[in-house]
Parts: sequence; C-alpha cells; structure tokens
Amino acid sequence: MNTDRMRRFIVSGCMGLALACVSLASPAIDLTGAGASLPYPVYAKWAARYHALTGHRVNFQSIGSGGGQQQIIAGTVDWGASDDPMPEAGLRRHDLFQFPAIIGGIVPVVNIPGIAPGALRLSGALLADIYLGRIRRWDDRAIVALNPELALPATDIVVVHRADGSGTTYGWTSYLARVSPQWRDQVGMGKAIRWPLGQGGKGNEGVAAYVSQLRYSVGYVEYAYAAHNGLSWVRLRNRAGAFVAPQASSFQAAALDADWQSAPGMGVMLTDAGGEEAWPITAASFILVPRTVRRRPERMREVLAYFDWAFREGGDIARELGYVALPDTVIGQIRERWAHDIRTPRGEAIWE
Amino acid sequence: MKVMATRRAASNVGADRLFRVLTRTSAVLVLLLLAGIIVSLAWGGRGAITTYGPSFLWTSEWDPVRDHYGALVPVAGTLITSAIAVLIAVPVSFGIALFLTERAPGWLRRPLGTAIEMLAAIPSIIYGMWGLFVFVPLFQQHVQSPLVQWTRDVPVLGELFAGPPLGIGLFTAGLILSIMIIPFITAVMRDVFEQVPPMLKESAYGLGCTTWEVVWKIVLPFTRNGVISGIMLGLGRALGETMAVTFVIGNAFSLPHSLFSPSNSIASALANEFNEAGGLQKAALLELGLILFVITTLVLILSKLVLRRLSRGQDLPAGGA
Repeated sequence: MNTDRMRRFIVSGCMGLALACVSLASPAIDLTGAGASLPYPVYAKWAARYHALTGHRVNFQSIGSGGGQQQIIAGTVDWGASDDPMPEAGLRRHDLFQFPAIIGGIVPVVNIPGIAPGALRLSGALLADIYLGRIRRWDDRAIVALNPELALPATDIVVVHRADGSGTTYGWTSYLARVSPQWRDQVGMGKAIRWPLGQGGKGNEGVAAYVSQLRYSVGYVEYAYAAHNGLSWVRLRNRAGAFVAPQASSFQAAALDADWQSAPGMGVMLTDAGGEEAWPITAASFILVPRTVRRRPERMREVLAYFDWAFREGGDIARELGYVALPDTVIGQIRERWAHDIRTPRGEAIWE
Repeated sequence: MKVMATRRAASNVGADRLFRVLTRTSAVLVLLLLAGIIVSLAWGGRGAITTYGPSFLWTSEWDPVRDHYGALVPVAGTLITSAIAVLIAVPVSFGIALFLTERAPGWLRRPLGTAIEMLAAIPSIIYGMWGLFVFVPLFQQHVQSPLVQWTRDVPVLGELFAGPPLGIGLFTAGLILSIMIIPFITAVMRDVFEQVPPMLKESAYGLGCTTWEVVWKIVLPFTRNGVISGIMLGLGRALGETMAVTFVIGNAFSLPHSLFSPSNSIASALANEFNEAGGLQKAALLELGLILFVITTLVLILSKLVLRRLSRGQDLPAGGA
C-alpha cells in the first residue's frame, strides 16, 4: 500500500516535470539582457508588458553597468546595458554597437525647514563648491546672492552622496566636473569617487532617506525619487542662464540639444546642455549589442524588435516611472543606424 | 534464526561503515569549502595584494577615480563598531541572563526568555531601518546635540564627542549592533547559568551569601567558558553584520575623528561598492573580504587561547557550552 502510493507519487512527479520541460521550451523567444541598475525599473516593466503582448520573454538582470559591459563582451547575453557610454576604442575593439534607450534626470534635493520644493535656486558651480567643502553654510554669501528673497538658516550644510557605485553618481560627478575646474582636478568623475566630505546612502532610496532624516542636508537623487518622496527639489541655472525645474520637458530639451550623430556610439553626455529649457543634469542610459552578428541573427532581430516596440509604445511606462523617452528625431536616427551598422558577417542587414 | 541474526549483523556493519564515510565526507567538505573560500578570495584579490602589499592595511585612501585603495578606514570602522557593540551588549546580556535565571518569578521566565530569543529572529535590515528612521532622529535631537554642547570645553570628552550632530556614525552603528547581538549572548549566558548545580548555589546561600556573591563567586567561575563563548559568538556576528550597519554608519571613507563620525565598515563597503566595481577596485574589495575573514579567525583563535589559559589557571569544573 505504502510503496504503491510512493510509486504513484514518483510517476506523477516525473510526468509533471516532463510537462513542465515541454511548456518551458514552447515560448518562441527568450531574450536575455544584463547591466545598469539605474534604468532597471523601466526595462523590467517594458519586458513585462512586451511579454503580455507578444509572448516573448525578455529577462533583464540588473548587475551593474560594468557587469553589463563585461557580459556583452563575453557574449553571454543578447544585450548589455550601461549608464556610462563605452568609449569609441572599446566599441571598436569588441565590435559592439551602442545606442541610447532612455533618459533620466538627476535632481539635487535639500532638507531645510521652511523651504518649499522649487524655492531654492542653485548653480552648478555652487553645488561643486558645496560638495568640495568650499561653501559650508546655508547663509553663505554666494547662495544668498541667488536667493535674495529666502530666509536661509545660519547652519552648516550636511552633504549626502551615494555610497554605492552608480550611474547616478556618474551623471552627477560628470556635471560637477564640467562646470567646476576645481572639481575636475581634485575629485574627477566616475560611478564611485573619493568624496571630499559628507556621508553616503546606499541607493537612491538611501540618499532620499538620509536627506529626509538629516536637517539642513543636501543630496542628489534620480528624478523619480525626488518626485515620490516629497523632498524639496532645487531649481538649477543651466548654461543658457535660465533657472529651470526638473521635469520631463526639461529633460527632453536637454536631449534635443545634444549632437547625437557625431558622438561615437551615440555616447553623448547630456550634462550642462545648452537649450534655454534644458535641465543641466540629464543622462542617457545605453544599450550594447554586437555589431557583427555571428550567431543566430534571428535572435538579434528579436532584440531590436523589442527595443523598436519600446521606442514606439514604451514612453508612457517610462513617464510613469519618472524617466523620459528619447525624442522622436533621436529614435529615427537610432533606427537608421540599426539598418546601416548591424550586419551579419556576410554583410546582410539585420534590421530593415 | 541464527542465519538471520548474522545477516543483520553484517548489514549493520555495512551501514555503520557507510555512516562513518558519510560523516567523514561532511566534515571534510566543510574544510574544503573553507579552504576554497580563502583561496578564491585571495585569488580574486591578487591584483590588490600584488599592487599594494602589506601597505594596503595602513593606507586610508579609497579613491576609485584614481584607482588607489587602502583598507585602513573600513578595518578601523569594523573594529570600532564591534568593540562598541560588545561593550554595550555584554553587561546588558549579563543582567538579562541573571534576572532570568536568579531573580525572575517563575511565570515570567518563559515569556521573557522567548521575547529575547525573538529579537534574534528579526532580519537585520529591519534593525537598520528602525535605526535610521526612529533611533537616529531621537538620538540626534535629544542625546547627541546636548552632549556635544555640554562637553565642548571638556578636554578628552570634547574630542570624543566632537563634530556636527548628524545622528548617524560609528556610535549609532555600534549601538544597533549591540541590540542585534544581545539575544545571542543572552541566550548562551542563560543556558550556561542554568547548568550550575543548584546544590552549589543553595550551599552558598545557606552560608549567608548575597545573590551578588553567589553570582560572582559561584555562577560566573562555573560558567566562564560558556560566557566567553557567548561573547565571542556575538562579536563574530557584529564583525560581519552588513545591512543594519550600512544604514546607519554613514558610509564615508574618512578616518573617524570622534565617536560620532560617519565612517565605513568592511561589510558595508563590500555591500555598497561590489555591484559596479571592476578591475583593481574589485580586487581591493575581495582583499577586504579576506581581511575580514582573517579578523574573525583571529578573534576565534584568541578566544580559544583565553579559554585554555583560564581552564589551566583554575581547576574548577568547566560547565556549559
């Protein structure tokens, strides 16, 4: 009796397993990407919607930009994602094609009692001086000069930065390095840097938590976190001299101002863009795919079809999550390049 | 009948041999695993080990832009926070364990003991969040600010408490750690205190000893080994704790200049930077992991040495764990 039940149990288990294997094998395509953690929420949501619509599975693992670059070089994934554009030499050496997929804005936030979101105005040079420790108090003459109507407290500025390596820090420090020669020489830019002062929070949520907990602090987070956590965001002076608010339109203005065509691998830095409306700390996140498709070109076609769908239909999802879709002109340029640059070894185009 | 008995005996011998092989394999597997971890940490960190040599240990710079790394800040932060944690947790745990075994009324022992054990079941990230969102603001406004004010002109204390009152930093991390290790130390202490033969205690009470004298002269000497093992267990946990510390230590790669400075620990540096690290930075992080491994091993060896020294010194029966 007992052994009989056991046998039945094992048999049914095996059958179930076999069925599971069959059903796993049946979906048409299973694509894999890996890399940057900054745009992960968008890529994950796009993949879920795409799966619901087409049945194709798109897996994205957020292992970090460095990991994404290594994985696509090793050829273990269908596409890699990176927040910092791979330089031209790297693209050529590893025979990779790069295009931007999404735009995000980085926003300075402050916690000063009595100061409402958008009330404080700062410039890039001032932010660099604050993060260098050259400006240490909120009532510093340079800050008051930009905000004559605000009553700024006579307290020390508490500086908060990211503790983990991140694309957000890369965008932030590349902006500071661009607007401040001292920052460029003393600190530099990167996904993780040696901070002259301050304390670090882990992730956007960590920085947001520190800023909301520590009075008189200043930090930087992605736009989505600034909007959802009720933090006081700051108006920034852009290169045209106008004080702008961080919002989808000002991020897009920065993207429109950039010269995508001439940058190698479309690796444009959007920071300190020139337009009148442009938010100065805007950054694109990039996708890497093989330029010469040696194996299974139909898979590559599916990858491009997925991003093509995302460019057409994914704008709303991106906006919900606090990111911004690329301007249509840029998307057009990307499609042209797909058709022109991505080829099989025999020179056939993958994308028509 | 006889045939069956011998057959069974034979199969028992076979099963016994199999059992021995299985247990031995498990034991060897642990050793292999340990050696494997050490080797892979050293291999992964070889870039940093060959670049910096021993100077890695006393360099305080950590600069991913210029690709220059040193371990002094996280090593110091790890040791300081763990020391604070043990300094706070040991007396408190000792008090709790004594109360539970000597003073608490019978109906209170079970619920109180269970409540303390439940503290150990709370995930560490909850301690971190509680620390940052509840403890830090209270501590910043009601403890740290007045403390900094009062001790400003006192020679040594002033230095110890100096700096802007942020609420986050070494001390807060140590305090959160102490709350996390209290249940472990308490549980071990309570268990070994219960091992003390009632006869010994009753005799001492009968001679007119106070509770304090019984604890100090009878219970503690009898349970010394267990108590030290419990403290080491707590210390080991404090050294490697990651998430809770990351929340409240401040994650700044700067050498602490006071008890309240934001700093960094090995585990939180690893948690923060590993994701996006590559090249020499990754090697340096792996070497940090190796250093943490060495530190915990040293702690373990040290505790064994202390135990051996103690048990040689006196010939009291060794009790407890």
